[in-house]
Amino acid sequence: MATATLGPPRARRRLSRREDVLTGYAFVLPQLVGSLLFVIGPLVAVVWYSLHDWNVLANSFTYSGTDNYERLATDPGFHDAMRASGIFSAGLVLLNVGLALGLAVMLNQRLPGTATFRAFFFSPVVVSLVAWTIVWGFLLQADGGINGFLSQLGIDGPNWLREGPTAMLSVIVVQVFKNVGLNMVLFLAALQGVPKEVREAATMDGASAWRSFWSVTVPLISGTILLVSILTVVGSLQVFAQIAVLTQGGPGTSTTVIVYYLYQQAFQFQEFGYASAVSVVLFVIVAILTFVQWQTRRRWVFHEV
Amino acid sequence: MKHRTLLAAGLTAVALTLTACGGGDGEDSTSDGPADLRMTVWTSDEAQLALFQEIADAYVAEHSDTVSGISFETLPFEDYTTGITTQIAGGNPPDLAWIFESSAPEFVASGALLDLRPVLEETDGYDAGDLEPDALRLWESDGGLYAYPFSNSPFGVFVNTDQLTAAGQPLPADLIAAGDWTWDRAAEIAAATAQTSGKAGLVVRDFDFALWENLGTIWSSFGARPWSEDGSSCEFTSPEMIDALTWIHDQIFTTGALPGPGTTADFFAGDAAMTVTQISRASALDGSFGWDLVPLPDGPEGHINVIGQAGIGVFADGPNADVAADFLAYFTNPENAERLAAYFPPPRTSLLNAETLQGANAKLTAEQLQAVVIDGIPGAVTKPAHANFAQLQAAIRAELDALWTADADVTAVAESVCAAAEPLLAG
Repeated sequence: MATATLGPPRARRRLSRREDVLTGYAFVLPQLVGSLLFVIGPLVAVVWYSLHDWNVLANSFTYSGTDNYERLATDPGFHDAMRASGIFSAGLVLLNVGLALGLAVMLNQRLPGTATFRAFFFSPVVVSLVAWTIVWGFLLQADGGINGFLSQLGIDGPNWLREGPTAMLSVIVVQVFKNVGLNMVLFLAALQGVPKEVREAATMDGASAWRSFWSVTVPLISGTILLVSILTVVGSLQVFAQIAVLTQGGPGTSTTVIVYYLYQQAFQFQEFGYASAVSVVLFVIVAILTFVQWQTRRRWVFHEV
Repeated sequence: MKHRTLLAAGLTAVALTLTACGGGDGEDSTSDGPADLRMTVWTSDEAQLALFQEIADAYVAEHSDTVSGISFETLPFEDYTTGITTQIAGGNPPDLAWIFESSAPEFVASGALLDLRPVLEETDGYDAGDLEPDALRLWESDGGLYAYPFSNSPFGVFVNTDQLTAAGQPLPADLIAAGDWTWDRAAEIAAATAQTSGKAGLVVRDFDFALWENLGTIWSSFGARPWSEDGSSCEFTSPEMIDALTWIHDQIFTTGALPGPGTTADFFAGDAAMTVTQISRASALDGSFGWDLVPLPDGPEGHINVIGQAGIGVFADGPNADVAADFLAYFTNPENAERLAAYFPPPRTSLLNAETLQGANAKLTAEQLQAVVIDGIPGAVTKPAHANFAQLQAAIRAELDALWTADADVTAVAESVCAAAEPLLAG
């Protein structure tokens, strides 16, 4: 390169800095273009669509202002979906986080066979979600495997996926078993980061096992509990495949969660504008929840892992 | 040098991405030169697709100046309509599409489809007057014909005669001869057979406690219908519908003639004594058991035929709409309609005879074809359809779920169905 013609050193430095900047942009460009096209672009488009009445068949796309949002406020179907999502998320977080923590504490012992059990509980995480759900669908049928097993014990099992309360419970449990292994591994890692000396000190001070767990271990892993809760709540608001495969939102609308409702509006009723408004609301809810959970961290997280 | 190369590479990548994204539009808007037509279908049956392709290839050979190729794209049956509308929303609609009868009013009213009547009437040798008016009604609006009902498949009852005989039950064919083929008798036989075989009795195929419109095969002969003729008011609370729903509920939860919710029973795999379905399913019979096909039983209102239809429409906005309509006129002309009759009973009166259909449906006897198909099409009721069908389907399914428990209150459920349906019917 003909550097001799580039003038005094200062100008050269400025030029090379500019080149550095350009190189930096060149490096991030592929990623930037990817997220612009496939993440940011669609996000902006969805907000735009949500302000329109879009009739695909009649090929009409007219600006309707906040009509779709006003309709959401008075749509009983949407309110039912919010309630169903709330029940699903609450049930999932309680069961999933509780079970994952319990399993992690048990499998944190130095006993023979724990590695096998860890692998056993983690294995559903790597199974295809739809395959997992379809198999559970067979098990939960009226004359399926679970009721077959119950009848051996002399219990007349319910028609799990066809009755309101048990349908929601079934969907939650199927999801808990699918993902509990992942949370368990996160808790295991956190538990192994708790210094042995601290617990020994508590024991020497006369703390019971429960007291030592509750007052020493839990505060030390509270950062992980928070992280796992955030991930589980955000994940639970996005549940779709299990509902589509197991209950199609029924019986009634008892398992029509927000994403399933969104799917119905967009892809069954062709209400793309209205469905976009639903997805904007869902996006805002997830953003707010994440923000609130991070904010409250300071109040009840004693230790950052 | 290195930096510039990197930058150039980056920019090239962006340029390529942008051109790739913009490429789609340019392609479709060119209507010059021979067109490449695409028809979406929901069948994945290789023999059917081969027949379509054969007819299409012959058309392309004759019209190479206007058409360069015709392809048939199979979309999954379960969300077929969603598949098409998503293609339209994405700016890539097919040129021609099969359309379910349940979505017919929605498509016809939307203005998305081309009026086919002028093309069909002007095409030499098409003989549009041969089309059965009853079959066209669902697809017409203000004198225009917006899709061609290529398939008119009557509902009938397939019977596993081996299972009935083993249970010591009379055969439906004998009951028909004696004038005693009613829903009550059918249910009695189904319940008794299920008791003996330990399998399901009478299965209304595809109902699965979700696609309630298939129950229309039963309630039509009770004189019931889900909504008024003009689609504006709910009729689930009519005495006829209450009777029909009560009857269905009793057969599920009291006599056990119909299998309960959450049970899967495939008649064609030998899991049920009888099934109500369309004759096009005969191809699923593999000879592993003795069977018969009989017309739907009589209800309190006598005998009512029910047919399921499917139409082919041409999208008016497509760049090749005229060429597509011309192809449709060829695809369904008298000669090709006769070939398609192998799978799809055509709406042509001249072809609705046992002789034509017999040549195509080797599995069915002339008597079965006469009784179920030829006598089954004129004056038949089609399955429920409405301009707002998708929303009505989901809203009514959700309310009907309350009916599928042993202690359900039929009248209360019917009232809640109407409460949910009325706003959608009015809209």
